[in-house]
Amino acid sequence: MLTLDHVSKIYKVGTFGGTDLAAVKDVSFSVDAGQVVSLIGESGSGKTTIGRMILRLTQATRGTITFDGQDVAKLPRRGYYRLVQGVFQDPFSSYNPIFKADHVFGMIRSVYFRGMPNAEWDARVEAALEAVGLDPDQVLHKYPHQLSGGQLQRLLIARALLLDIRMLVADEIISMLDASTRIDVLNLLGDLKARGLGILFITHDLSLGYYSSQRTLILLRGQIVEMGATEKVYGNPTHPYTKMLIASVPLLHKKWRQVEQELETTAAPAADACTYHALQPELRGDGASAPARPALVEVEEDHFVGCIRPYVKGAC
Amino acid sequence: MSLQVNDLRVYYRTLAGDVRALDGVTFSIAEGEIMGLAGESGCGKSTLGKALTHFDSRMRYVGGDVVLDDEPLPIMDSDAMDEFRFWSVSIIPQYAMSAMNPTRKIGKMIADLLESRGEDAAAMRPEIERRIELVGLQRDVLDRYPIELSGGMKQRVVMVIATLLNPSLLIADEITSALDVSTQKAVAETLIEFRDRQLVRTMIVITHDMSILAQVADTITVMYAGKLAEKAATDVIIGAPKHPYTRLLISSLPEVGVRYADKRLTGIPGNPPQLLDPPLGCRFQARCPLADAQCREEPPFVEVEPAHFVACWKVS
Ligand SMILES: Nc1ncnc2c1ncn2[C@@H]1O[C@H](COP(=O)(O)OP(=O)(O)OP(=O)(O)O)[C@@H](O)[C@H]1O
Ligand SMILES: Nc1ncnc2c1ncn2[C@@H]1O[C@H](COP(=O)(O)OP(=O)(O)OP(=O)(O)O)[C@@H](O)[C@H]1O
Ligand code: SF4
Ligand SMILES: [Mg+2]
Ligand SMILES: [Mg+2]
Repeated sequence: MLTLDHVSKIYKVGTFGGTDLAAVKDVSFSVDAGQVVSLIGESGSGKTTIGRMILRLTQATRGTITFDGQDVAKLPRRGYYRLVQGVFQDPFSSYNPIFKADHVFGMIRSVYFRGMPNAEWDARVEAALEAVGLDPDQVLHKYPHQLSGGQLQRLLIARALLLDIRMLVADEIISMLDASTRIDVLNLLGDLKARGLGILFITHDLSLGYYSSQRTLILLRGQIVEMGATEKVYGNPTHPYTKMLIASVPLLHKKWRQVEQELETTAAPAADACTYHALQPELRGDGASAPARPALVEVEEDHFVGCIRPYVKGAC
Repeated sequence: MSLQVNDLRVYYRTLAGDVRALDGVTFSIAEGEIMGLAGESGCGKSTLGKALTHFDSRMRYVGGDVVLDDEPLPIMDSDAMDEFRFWSVSIIPQYAMSAMNPTRKIGKMIADLLESRGEDAAAMRPEIERRIELVGLQRDVLDRYPIELSGGMKQRVVMVIATLLNPSLLIADEITSALDVSTQKAVAETLIEFRDRQLVRTMIVITHDMSILAQVADTITVMYAGKLAEKAATDVIIGAPKHPYTRLLISSLPEVGVRYADKRLTGIPGNPPQLLDPPLGCRFQARCPLADAQCREEPPFVEVEPAHFVACWKVS
């Protein structure tokens, strides 16, 4: 459905925009219908930049993003946004505090559904709220500050659902929420997936990613270093960075020390051994990953890993 | 017994009336104990930390007493507290790392602070350097400005500053919350290191993240709406909690290894009550599946098993 093909983003920073900051480097992946893909990475790794490029809030410097095979940069915006919507981290800031929920929904109506009869519109609002588990009476006539973070986050998802979207970009939508409500929003993503939506779930929290996604992408400094079926990436982490991340996750039932010991006993190759080049010795070259040289190679079925020194000439 | 808090009540004055953020809290911490303090946003965790160190201008002491190392702590008297603050009780406030003075080098900032307390900063320089290295930083951070440091580096510096005079009690308020998983682990491990080296004798580690507490705390205290719900050893709270709120909270936490597709977790319906005008009796009753008429009276916080305290009528 949605595919990124060798996408890079370079921001111009510094006094006269004279310095290049490569926020996203040669990223390729796709999100299919009925699939939750989690994009995991630490602060500054480029997660939001990828989400913003998909939502056309910023332009890719290189590469293409396609939806059902069509270049999204060439699709009319309004039509594209009926298919693809985003929900972001802080529900309180992405929601204008002076508008009640029904007004925010009404704005969608005036842009996309001008001619729709009232009864049909009301049914649509009700269906969207029902899909996110909200009671219309409980939320519609309220200001944002009268709702909890979880309610507000679900309301924003409901707003996206008014548009019959097929793809949702959810950027850190859970991190602001309390434990007792975050799981409901997480379950909601699962329900939407069951309805056939494709979801890109952006998070820095590996437990949330594990719980909700079928596929996992691990992003390090703008580059995907490992990708594949969630249980394979977590069960058999191959890139040293993925291993370190997984060993750092605080678990409820196992101490860090124990996890470290287990990883030490199972991890045979040295930490600096490059699996990418062990699998593809012929792929040496100029360092920087070029279209001619794939960013990732296959470790096992549906599990891919990148070079650990991709931008260092002659390093592996 | 290192710290004893008895029926502590601290309210916030507001135009609408008193916000009863700390409403009769009783617990004790043993020598060498790291006590985790968990609970939903707004339940009063930071208020407890502030009450033990530094009242803010809206806080009003209503009742109760605090004893530290067999000596009463004059928490309601800010001047009298000057004698204790930093020497015997020290706090790393929530958001401390973003509150660092950007125009002062780290070393200068520490020296200023020590001098304001009448300590000889120059004489302490070797010890400061030793501790900076102890938390895994280079000495030269002392010659750098806060903006030149990452979040994890800043938190470790704040940790060193707060504990320079080896306080009996350290309160660390959400010091891992804004960090990436790998730095989070490093910072959390310094807490244990400081206790093990007896640089700090007891700690209250405040966080809404139960899995961090599962890693670092000896005991966990769960707060709900201005009161304590439960306190017990960490493995008891994680593995066999008794209070209905703790049970629901623990079972709502996703963890690597748990997936939506296999085991669907559930949240806790509803929201915590307003502390401006809290309900009579048990504050969890509106959300509690076991609530009945008896719960309209306040359940006492009692020891149901050795070192296991619970405030619930249905637990005995
Ligand atoms: N508009 C911009 N102009 C210049 N640089 C930017 C811009 N937006 C982001 N960056 C830089 O691009 C990099 C990636 O940022 P991005 O926000 O995508 O990271 P992220 O993974 O979403 O991080 P976080 O977890 O902190 O939200 C960072 O170095 C950031 O400073
Ligand atoms: N200055 C203040 N004036 C009035 N009410 C306040 C003030 N500070 C805090 N409160 C209220 O007191 C209650 C407890 O706040 P506190 O900051 O202790 O919560 P917390 O458990 O630390 O939450 P968080 O996890 O969000 O940090 C909340 O209901 C809050 O709204
Ligand atoms: S006292 Fe009653 S309402 Fe409160 S937690 Fe126990 S059973 Fe639930
Ligand atoms: Mg981001
Ligand atoms: Mg707080």
